[in-house]
Amino acid sequence: MSEKKHLLSILVDNEPGVLSRITGLFSGRGYNIESLSVAETVDPGISRITMVTKGSPMIIEQIQKQLNKLINVLKVIDLTGTQYVQREMALVKVNARADHRAEILRITDIFRGQVVDVGMEHFTLKIEGDAEKIEAVLNLLKPFGIREIARTGCVALPRENR
Amino acid sequence: MKLKGADILLKMLQEEGVDTVFGYPGGAVIDIYDALMEEKSINHVLVRHEQGAAHAADGYARATGKVGVCLVTSGPGATNTVTGIASAYMDSIPMVIFTGQVPTALIGNDAFQEVDIVGITRPCTKHNYLVKDVRNLARTIKEAFHIARSGRPGPVLVDLPKDVITAATQFNVPGEVKLKTYNPTYKPNIKQLNKVVDLIAKAQKPVIFSGGGVSLCQGHRELTELARKLQIPVTSTLMGLGGFPGTDPLWLGMLGMHGTFRANMAVSECDLLISVGVRFDDRVTGKVDEFAPNAKIVQIDIDPTSIQKNVPVHVPVVGDCKISLAEINTLVDKKQWEELEETRKPWLAQIDEWKQTTPLAYQQAEVIKPQYVIETLYDLTGGDAIIATEVGQNQMWAAQYYHVKEPGHFITSGGLGAMGFGLPAAIGAQVGAPGTTVVDIAGDGSIQMNIQELATAVQYNLPVKVVILNNGFLGMVRQWQELFYKRRYSSTQFVHAPDFVKLAEAYGAVGLRAKTPDEVASVLRQGLECNRPVVMDFVVEPEESVYPMVPAGAPIKKMLLV
Ligand SMILES: Cc1ncc(C[n+]2csc(CCOP(=O)(O)OP(=O)(O)O)c2C)c(N)n1
Ligand SMILES: [Mg+2]
Repeated sequence: MSEKKHLLSILVDNEPGVLSRITGLFSGRGYNIESLSVAETVDPGISRITMVTKGSPMIIEQIQKQLNKLINVLKVIDLTGTQYVQREMALVKVNARADHRAEILRITDIFRGQVVDVGMEHFTLKIEGDAEKIEAVLNLLKPFGIREIARTGCVALPRENR
Repeated sequence: MKLKGADILLKMLQEEGVDTVFGYPGGAVIDIYDALMEEKSINHVLVRHEQGAAHAADGYARATGKVGVCLVTSGPGATNTVTGIASAYMDSIPMVIFTGQVPTALIGNDAFQEVDIVGITRPCTKHNYLVKDVRNLARTIKEAFHIARSGRPGPVLVDLPKDVITAATQFNVPGEVKLKTYNPTYKPNIKQLNKVVDLIAKAQKPVIFSGGGVSLCQGHRELTELARKLQIPVTSTLMGLGGFPGTDPLWLGMLGMHGTFRANMAVSECDLLISVGVRFDDRVTGKVDEFAPNAKIVQIDIDPTSIQKNVPVHVPVVGDCKISLAEINTLVDKKQWEELEETRKPWLAQIDEWKQTTPLAYQQAEVIKPQYVIETLYDLTGGDAIIATEVGQNQMWAAQYYHVKEPGHFITSGGLGAMGFGLPAAIGAQVGAPGTTVVDIAGDGSIQMNIQELATAVQYNLPVKVVILNNGFLGMVRQWQELFYKRRYSSTQFVHAPDFVKLAEAYGAVGLRAKTPDEVASVLRQGLECNRPVVMDFVVEPEESVYPMVPAGAPIKKMLLV
């Protein structure tokens, strides 16, 4: 069966050890984690984990059931195929020789990025959007020489009915 | 009322109806042991190795249906229980394990006898806790017992730092446990059950496939009722033995790698497989793609993760097996079942033919055949003993030749297959069922893994019987080497073995030995009649193999026969 990416939003008790229960489940059962982001929700007792994972339909079903089975997991929502908003942020440190600076700034502008640090030989840019947009920017910047990247992984929320 | 942590623990054990704890003391839990000395309502069984404590608590839980409890110290005490916890986890046995821990201020400092047991046991417990504040102790214990025994049961570990045990706090019995993140589904969806009954009505060749889940929820009566009412033959997993009487004409015997010919054939040919409390382990399915290839599959289980994990299912039912079976029985009663006998006749005749042409069999010889020992044990005990087993050929012969009638009477490390399980589990079962004959069917290899527990049996006057099928080999591994590795017996023969009779005597137990077939019955009789722990050493055919056998990864229809 074909493997597909799934975006899961997981609400968990905000307690020590909970993240390790979840990552342990994934490593122990050989499931994939492509990206992961965790932070507190409006309720400080609850954290939201946004995860991108990959697998056949049977594996994705198991992942959801296994997550639900963990005592500290409140809710698992598969956002894939639903209406949701999604963002990821990347910090990109790119080589910026004098003769490339204008071009880099133009690309940054087009993608509504920001320059957050400037040096004699580099820019650090902040790019925001979905994973595809970030990939697109990275591809355009590659010719200049990317020194380092830090990406947040995806965060997402379901859309509400208007 | 202000109480110390140690006293709160004991109060909570009483609250939870615990009368027996299997354990071993040490520095981190010395305050609990001190409090235990005054507590007459709790019977503490001092084992000889913490692995024994965990397996004994497991055996106790299986024999009584209650939660098994063990108590050990930090560090090595805790790590020694891990095999026992993992075994209980694989077999869904309700247990609560209390481990001592270094004081909270020292956690993370590599303190003496510190180990992150919560981290270590995370993947092999249903849940676990580190209690950091004595004010949370009572509630945590209450939750631990609730989680261990509800839904799909399992072991829960509670790690107790020394300062939490010694600190005092106001004690109130906590109210009922309500966890917003944990709510097992007991009541099945009636629509799904109607589908099940419709499928049964259409089926020509149905089979019921039952597992450990049926015994865990005590659903054996409902299962038996359904099978008999609709004349549906029953097979089971190793864990499911006892969920349906092994003496019933509808009983097919065990399924899978060492299942009976008729069970494996019936599942391969059936048009409806009603699976209850099973998880389709690879030892039972063989090659998954060719498992029950012609059948519609129904799966009833309380754990949604068990459903459709390995095998696609036509009608999934999430719910308690006992409740689900009872509701199915009610639906069945409302329906007309005309010509049921006529419909079943060809199917039951086919099964009977498989049974006649290819029964479980072995060749008698000059030397003792291990199967003969089990058969004789079965006859002499009338099938009423609680059987614990070790792991290997002994376990499979026990499963094949001892026809268990009730749940809790076949106690085996099914999922983990942990050698060394049988003796401590038998001890736990004997504590829980004092009036019943408890026999550990053992191999000469496995018995040496926890033989020290003979001392426990002797100290507490627990008259467990150990039947060693002594083949001088790690027999099951030898069998694989014989069949698949050109008889290259790499490290499977014991060049040196202890004299088990003398060993038994050294421990203060009774030792008996049989060397020829004609001695088997008399040794068994003598052992069973004795009201003390007895080790019976049966010197058996060294190279006997367990048949039928499905090679790993082959379809279960492709059996090697004697
Ligand atoms: C703790 C542990 N170690 C290793 C094994 C692998 N193993 C499975 S069966 C077996 C042989 C058991 O020998 P014995 O107890 O003499 O039983 P027999 O098969 O000879 O009846 C071994 C080594 C195991 N199941 N458990
Ligand atoms: Mg052996």
